[in-house]
Amino acid sequence: MSNATLVSTTVNGDPVQFACPTDESLMTALRNRVGLTGVKEGCGTGDCGACTVTVDGSLVCSCLVLGVEAEGREVTTVEGLSQDGELHVLQQKFIDHAALQCGICTPGFLVAAKTLLDRNPNPNETEIRYALAGNLCRCTGYDKIVRAVQDAAKDMRKASKKRR
Amino acid sequence: MRYATPASAKEAAGMLSKEKGAAFLLAGGTDLLVKLKMGMVEPDLVVDIKRIPKIDQIQTSAKGFTIGAAVSGSVIGQHKGLKAAWPGVVEAANLIGSDQIQGRATLAGNLCNASPAADSVPAMIAAGAKAVIVGPQKKRTVPVEKVVQGPGKTCLAKGEVIEAITLPKPEAKTGDAYLRFIPRTEMDIAVVGVAISLKLERGVVKKAKVALGAVAPTAVVVPAAARALVGSKLDDAALEKLAAACSAACNPIDDKRGTVEYRTRVAGVLAKRAAKIAFQRAGGAL
Repeated sequence: MSNATLVSTTVNGDPVQFACPTDESLMTALRNRVGLTGVKEGCGTGDCGACTVTVDGSLVCSCLVLGVEAEGREVTTVEGLSQDGELHVLQQKFIDHAALQCGICTPGFLVAAKTLLDRNPNPNETEIRYALAGNLCRCTGYDKIVRAVQDAAKDMRKASKKRR
Repeated sequence: MRYATPASAKEAAGMLSKEKGAAFLLAGGTDLLVKLKMGMVEPDLVVDIKRIPKIDQIQTSAKGFTIGAAVSGSVIGQHKGLKAAWPGVVEAANLIGSDQIQGRATLAGNLCNASPAADSVPAMIAAGAKAVIVGPQKKRTVPVEKVVQGPGKTCLAKGEVIEAITLPKPEAKTGDAYLRFIPRTEMDIAVVGVAISLKLERGVVKKAKVALGAVAPTAVVVPAAARALVGSKLDDAALEKLAAACSAACNPIDDKRGTVEYRTRVAGVLAKRAAKIAFQRAGGAL
């Protein structure tokens, strides 16, 4: 490996180290070096959103980030959504609403939808569609995805009321 | 490819100026990484400026705003002060790409990429934005309209780095707006973009600046369009003059997104709409 650089970062809350060439994307590093294959490669040029992750809380396409840029940052992938073996509400609702068929786009949609709901717990349909416009799906026609997100938002609002 | 994370803009400038091979600056990376992937560039050195202190922050002072070169679109969109002062600039910046792109894309990057269709550039020009450019030896400040010199070409010399974009504190009764036309509802490249800022005095336009995007090799400032507005209350005659001046300033290409005739016509139509928004934002009554 020429020009391999050691990167120390945090992925889904865990400290992680990997060595990667400086020109390798974070997407490739997460998949091939950290083993998080929930990060999908669609276009590789930031158009499809299949590789969506968050870096320090910002939603990004990991294909447009270098692996070496992750040094000292906090990365969250779809694998970080479930807690203690329990699916995140969004994940369960995607299943309930059949909001996926081939599944390639799903991890990106889930990370983008979670970022939306963290910021806006009660988005309307238009807001959901705009927030997910960076994620392309060639199977579902989007309606089921939008409904799954609306339903998850409803449950999450109820749960947060209960907690209070 | 070597990857460097300098601690200051000056250090970044030094690294870029000393490099004998192909050197590129990395901020949001939304253009550079695509070019890398496509094999359009083969960098020997990539200089990542995001570790420079304060480069990812918006500073507010009595003079206005200093937006660091690594401030992302999403940070700009969440900045209440900036949104209140220059809503047109914020909207233009936020029109670029998806939320994922907004998580990384920067104003300085949009400027340096030097696309004729860059959305934020006309808006920055209309608002009087300046680029703070740091070189290995000296620092200079250049109005945004002087930075881009042609498609993909800027006034930056080898080793020069944009450290920040500044926006003045708007004068009283100032409003700005940016509108673009695209064939989809979002996430597309502008067919035409129009930015207008204007200042009112007793309900009449006292000052104006009009800039067009995607209708010439660079964004164009249209003084005749500004003159059409000054002294008016945005009556129909003034708006027609504005539209005519904007269409006359167009020198577009024909491509799959729009013909020359179409772009020329739409520039006038969008200018009228943008002027009305800017006028109302300045407190004017239509």
